[in-house]
Parts: sequence; C-alpha cells; structure tokens
Amino acid sequence: MTRPIRMRVRLDGDLAEIRALIDHPMETGLRKDSKTGELVPLHFIQNLTVSLNGKPVLETQWGQAIARNPYIQLRVRGARVDDEVSIEWLDNQGERGRASAKVPPPG
Amino acid sequence: MNTHADRRFFLRTWAAGAAAAALGWLQPVLALAAGWNKSAFQAGNIVGAIEFAGVAEALPSEDIVIKAPEIAENGAQVPVEILSNIPGTDQILIFSDKNVQPYVGLFEFKNGAEAFISTRIKMGDTSMLRAVVRANGKYYVRMREVKVTIGGCGT
Repeated sequence: MTRPIRMRVRLDGDLAEIRALIDHPMETGLRKDSKTGELVPLHFIQNLTVSLNGKPVLETQWGQAIARNPYIQLRVRGARVDDEVSIEWLDNQGERGRASAKVPPPG
Repeated sequence: MNTHADRRFFLRTWAAGAAAAALGWLQPVLALAAGWNKSAFQAGNIVGAIEFAGVAEALPSEDIVIKAPEIAENGAQVPVEILSNIPGTDQILIFSDKNVQPYVGLFEFKNGAEAFISTRIKMGDTSMLRAVVRANGKYYVRMREVKVTIGGCGT
C-alpha cells in the first residue's frame, strides 16, 4: 500500500525550510474500531529520515504519540537550488514510504 | 476527519498544487536511522522514560524555546515547536509526562540541519511537555504545561 507524502521546500539564502505531511494512521493500539468494537492494532512510524542529496539531515525515532498523519518542519543550511530532498520512513509493521522533491528557486 | 483537517491545513498553508512530491521507488533506498529505543518508548511513566532515554540528569536551561498552545482543545493534534539556542545541539527529545507512554520522540540533526523541529503530538491529558536537548554530549531540559481539553490517546 502506498501512503502519500506531501512535501514543500522553500529556499531563503542557503537555508532550506522543509515541510512534510505523511499519510499514516499512527494507531496507538488503544482505539476501538467504531463498527466492530475491536481494538485497532498498534501501527505507527518508528523511524523517519530526511536527507539532502543523499546525506541525512534529520534522523528520528518516534513513539505512537506523534499525531496521525505526521507533520514535520525542519531547517537545513547549505542548501542550493535543485538539491534533492528525500524522506523515508519505516513503521512497526515493516511498511515503508519514500518521497523526494527538488529545492525550488527562492520566491 | 483528521485527514481532512490536515489536508485543509495543508492547502491553506501552502499554495494549492504546490505540494507535489513524486514517489521515488526507483531510487536506492536510504539507510534509515539505526535503532529504536524500545525500553524508553515502552516505559509507562516519565521517570522510567527519561531514565531509559538516558536523559534523567538533564540540566534546566532557558535557552530551549518551546512553542505550544497553553490550552489544546484537541489532544490528538497538539502543535509543538522546539528550538535550541544552545550551541552544539544535535538532538531534541520530546516527552509528554502524563501520556500512557511519555516518550514521544527523538529528532537528531546532522549535516547542516538547525536545532529546530516543528511537529504535532498526541497528549492524553493536561501535562508538562518536556523538551530535552543534547549539546556537546550534555543534556538540557525545559518544561512547559499544556492544558488539554479532550485527550488524544484513545483516538
């Protein structure tokens, strides 16, 4: 199953502001399905990495308390137009996601 | 419902149509951050969580800035922004003291990333929000209370 990642990069000088919204349920394992009344199994992203031109700039370990459809915003120095920003994640069920985008010109 | 709220947020924040990020399945898979601190994430109280995360000895610092609402109406989506003005900061850890499992996450900055993160977390109850940062191998902490109207851990 492919879960989309929406990414937006803004360049100001050499500072890239990266924002991303990752489609993921981030189930805590405590929520009951409203139809069946059964608990929805734990399902959450454990590791997420953001890279600039293949070099990691942010590496994370997450618990189940990151909100559903995780949002992150970060700032990276040394970025240039056309650099590649990529995001990759892995969840507790072994599912993975990946997306990439180019740094656009400022303005 | 949250999905829709997020989409609206996204469209409002950024120009419509600008959020295209092509899926890159054909490119080599990057190495993901090694490891996941199971004992810290599964700790059922704040004392255990900070102990297993190795940050129990963190010193209080006002050079950490926590931006979060004083009152969060929806505990399922609490916006949190953390900035460290301590030189040499390379990690930010977030804890929500009263959550069933208080350790929320670790953010490690490398290769030019600034010591800043903005995200959204779940808070089960009114609680202290604890931001711990690592700078030159030492840990520092700042806390801030967030009042939660409707808890967000069973959602």
